[in-house]
Amino acid sequence: MKELFPVEPMRSSLLDKLWDLQNNNRYISDSDISHLAAELNISAVEVEGVVSFYHFFHRKPSGKYTIYIDDSIIARYKGYHRIVEAFERETGATLGSVDRTGTFGLFSTPCIGLSDQAPAVLINFRPFTQLNVIKVKELVQQLRNGVDIDQMYHPPVSNVCTTIYSKKNIFFNSYTPGKAVKELTKHTSDDILSLLRDTNLSGRGGAFYPTWKKWEACRSYTADYKFIVCNADEGEPGTFKDRVLLQELPGLLIEGMIISGFTVNAQYGIIYLRGEYWWLYDQLQKTIDEFYKLGLLGKDIVGITGFNFDVRIQMGAGAYVCGEETAMLESMEGHRGEPRTKWFYPVEKGYLKSPTIINNVETICAAARIVELGVNEYNKTGLPGSPGTKLISVSGDCQNPGVYEIPWGITVAELLELCVAVDPYYIQVSGPSGECISINEKFRRISMLDLLGLPDLRCGGSFMIFNKEREIIDILLNFASFFKKESCGICTPCRAGNFIIERKLEKLKNKLARQSDIDDMISWGHIIKTTSRCGLGKTSCNSLVMAMQKFGGYFDKLIDKKEDSLMVGFNIEEAVADYEQYKS
Amino acid sequence: MEKMVNIKIDGKLLTVPDGQNLVNAAKDNGIFIPSLCYFEHIEPPLGTCRTCTCKLDGKYQPACTMKVHDGMTVEVNTPELLDMRKSLVEMMFSEGNHFCPSCEKSGNCDLQHMAYELGISVTRFEHLFKDRMIDYGSKRIIMEHNRCIKCKRCVEDVVTDDGKKVFTYQGRGNETFVGIDYKEEPKLSEQQAIAAMELCPTGAIIVRGVSMAHPFGEREFDINSEQKNFTRRFPKSHKPAGMEKKVLATASLAGCFGCHMSMLDIDLELLDLVELVTFNKSPLTDIKKFTGRCHIGLIEGGVCNDENIETLKEFRKMCDILVSVGECAVWGGLPAMRNTIPLSECLEEAYLNCVTSEEGANLVPYHEDLPKILDKIYACHDIVKIDHFIPGCPPSANHIWKSVKHLLWGEEYSILYSEFKYD
Ligand SMILES: Cc1cc2nc3c(=O)[nH]c(=O)nc-3n(C[C@H](O)[C@H](O)[C@H](O)COP(=O)(O)O)c2cc1C
Ligand code: SF4
Ligand code: SF4
Ligand code: SF4
Ligand code: FES
Repeated sequence: MKELFPVEPMRSSLLDKLWDLQNNNRYISDSDISHLAAELNISAVEVEGVVSFYHFFHRKPSGKYTIYIDDSIIARYKGYHRIVEAFERETGATLGSVDRTGTFGLFSTPCIGLSDQAPAVLINFRPFTQLNVIKVKELVQQLRNGVDIDQMYHPPVSNVCTTIYSKKNIFFNSYTPGKAVKELTKHTSDDILSLLRDTNLSGRGGAFYPTWKKWEACRSYTADYKFIVCNADEGEPGTFKDRVLLQELPGLLIEGMIISGFTVNAQYGIIYLRGEYWWLYDQLQKTIDEFYKLGLLGKDIVGITGFNFDVRIQMGAGAYVCGEETAMLESMEGHRGEPRTKWFYPVEKGYLKSPTIINNVETICAAARIVELGVNEYNKTGLPGSPGTKLISVSGDCQNPGVYEIPWGITVAELLELCVAVDPYYIQVSGPSGECISINEKFRRISMLDLLGLPDLRCGGSFMIFNKEREIIDILLNFASFFKKESCGICTPCRAGNFIIERKLEKLKNKLARQSDIDDMISWGHIIKTTSRCGLGKTSCNSLVMAMQKFGGYFDKLIDKKEDSLMVGFNIEEAVADYEQYKS
Repeated sequence: MEKMVNIKIDGKLLTVPDGQNLVNAAKDNGIFIPSLCYFEHIEPPLGTCRTCTCKLDGKYQPACTMKVHDGMTVEVNTPELLDMRKSLVEMMFSEGNHFCPSCEKSGNCDLQHMAYELGISVTRFEHLFKDRMIDYGSKRIIMEHNRCIKCKRCVEDVVTDDGKKVFTYQGRGNETFVGIDYKEEPKLSEQQAIAAMELCPTGAIIVRGVSMAHPFGEREFDINSEQKNFTRRFPKSHKPAGMEKKVLATASLAGCFGCHMSMLDIDLELLDLVELVTFNKSPLTDIKKFTGRCHIGLIEGGVCNDENIETLKEFRKMCDILVSVGECAVWGGLPAMRNTIPLSECLEEAYLNCVTSEEGANLVPYHEDLPKILDKIYACHDIVKIDHFIPGCPPSANHIWKSVKHLLWGEEYSILYSEFKYD
């Protein structure tokens, strides 16, 4: 098992312990639960509560080979159903269960961060991508024949796309380990903060909060120890830019964390890596080990006396909401990943009630590049007020899906051209929690600027492209069911509201809805947004509401307008179908 | 002396102790902010139910997680916020399976009480009827998961003397429920167990043998409102002068005739009423077919078969105003207890496997002439447009006739707190 930092209590190792059990025994047994409870001196029901929160932990054997099939909307359009069928046929397991011999467990899971290579699955957390029915057959055959899975598996390609803008790349450019960190010998923490301020670096996890403000606030608190947490949970369906950064530039990320630690006077760094990215673990750990050897981690880093910084990896276990920063802290502390109230902010009382910075992978990498390049060089790219580049994960109906590094300021149309989009019609920007745009908005600029009247598109990191053949209602239903399952379940509007919305959308899909149902959804979306505790509930209905406003013509076709206004849409055949079975 | 600060609630200037919880500060000054999960001594506040959402300095925030500070401006009773809070409580009813008439907690239930205070007669949301279990696994405490609103009070507050949690959430999303630890629960003293039941704002935690101690109808929330001006008044509306005679029709669908009995329960007033109305199609007159248009139709019972659908549609066509009377008509009521169970299981239990069914019974009745049973009980407004809803199981006679008079002749009326009930 991995070591904790000396300041961390044993409870913080709960997720790791559960992972060990899950990986070794393929499930977590009742006796495991009682042992853990005794060890941590908590009740068994509390351990169970944690186990049941994360969908990669199983309470029943999950098969010698546990197969997770990506069921994101992109995967659904790239053959999810065929793949499920093929796996069911070949393994003898039905989706959601294990075959009779206990060899194969077949489960579906939300986006696994490989939408550019859909359809894809994880088998014992190793990805197999761009599958088709024949490949599935071969895979299962080989596993049955006892071929070592590690021999069959090749890490997926990273898919960084080269474009006319690539010469301006900031991230995907040459990288020398230690180059950024060595700059620290020339800087004070004030310098770093001004570098970040002058380059307008803001949170790439989607909220665009100015990074320097967060760091400055954290610096202002005195505490025995502080933490830098890298948010590598990348759970937003359709997003995979952080995966590619972790694949291509793990060193740059660690440097950014070291710089952050230097600036706010933190001693410990934790990378919270989503369970779907186990396959990136070894390389990331190797990079950390090398950094220790190079004197870039550990004590007196790059010769700065008293500057000590350590980094470890924490594996997540399948819960989108743990990407929310306070839920992540709860999860790291060995609890259920329920977001906290705003009673305290993490910069004051975060992980273990100590001041904590949480930043996205891309934000941290950008900070490292800014220190390495300096303000002038960095600001040469992009727009005034929105300098630099942005990584965008592009997937869906286009010829060249992958990660695009683009200067801030290009338009949607340009990006669609770069990836050779095919008949784009509906585009989901920044994932289900982001916004949807119609092709009519293709001349909008992608930047951080929010000029009144003409707001630019602030893209958090993904573009899912859908052509005119795709049913918008299916897209929205996929999102609604995602939020319904991924809500942490503690606040009413998000837990119950997303469930209610899903039902209403089903009604709409079944052509039983009226205009008033659409109006209801818009108004309920507003209620869920305003009353939910955390970002998940606050954003879950964004796309739905926008879609209904932007694609009115499409929804008009789904609702039935002729019906008598005194009657409500009701399908009597369906309602009596169960009873009709008794007709002899 | 504690420091005092000035805050403004709905334009009213108040002086309150600095840092006081906003819900309390408001309450001390006679301003009612609905709250369900808030429990004074749990800190930080749970902030789970969101029913206390207000606008604080222009931002939507749950009041229970806010401390007052000088110059704070709070909006509590704007139409938007009132509606938003109401909708949150409605969500809890549509999410859980709340059968108040058969609930041990009825009358002592914070959730029910809050819905009374907010005047909820029907939820705008479809009832979800998610199948939930009742956990009889512990010797003393029963967990009735159908009623839990996930307020988190029990999770945070009920611990054994050696500091272990007895309740913890399990699962996630819409599957979240409160798990109870069978090994820790017996370690609670009888008093602690009863305290857990009392701390639960709903009837989800039930201690065997002690939950029915106090009679229904005389319980904490049965009689008086927390709000000074609870009574909901319906002002006189513009209707033609004079009490011209009106035509009424009534029907009982999937109901028990209790609502019809309640209609007769106005004693002597009934005599006045007959002067004013004539009954058309109704079990009270035994008129089976409509003989003409009616001014108002009163529907008791939900919709359980295709015949109910026909009747209801006919009523909709023949009546100017259609009213759902009673819990069953409003959302399904007690018969909807079957809604979480597949129809085949219900029928097979009733006709094939139950103790009173005949030896060798192997047939579920099915005949062209028999009404076809629906997969679940539907509310009347799932089938036709309903204009007015009167809750209660049954609703009080006063509530029914006051509403009817208002709808027919525009008479002013007011519903007292004690007349507004779900059980
Ligand atoms: C439900 C939810 C999921 C989130 N998932 C992620 C995520 O996977 N990765 C991420 O970087 N930020 C995620 N965030 C945003 C984080 O809460 C937080 O704002 C971010 O990590 C801060 O880093 P930044 O300022 O560098 O963007 C999520 C937020 C919510 C509400
Ligand atoms: S909004 Fe959803 S995810 Fe966030 S706290 Fe509430 S229930 Fe949990
Ligand atoms: S009394 Fe309360 S807990 Fe019981 S059914 Fe009614 S609302 Fe639910
Ligand atoms: S059981 Fe009762 S106290 Fe516990 S969360 Fe549910 S409603 Fe709240
Ligand atoms: S009372 Fe404030 S959130 Fe529940």
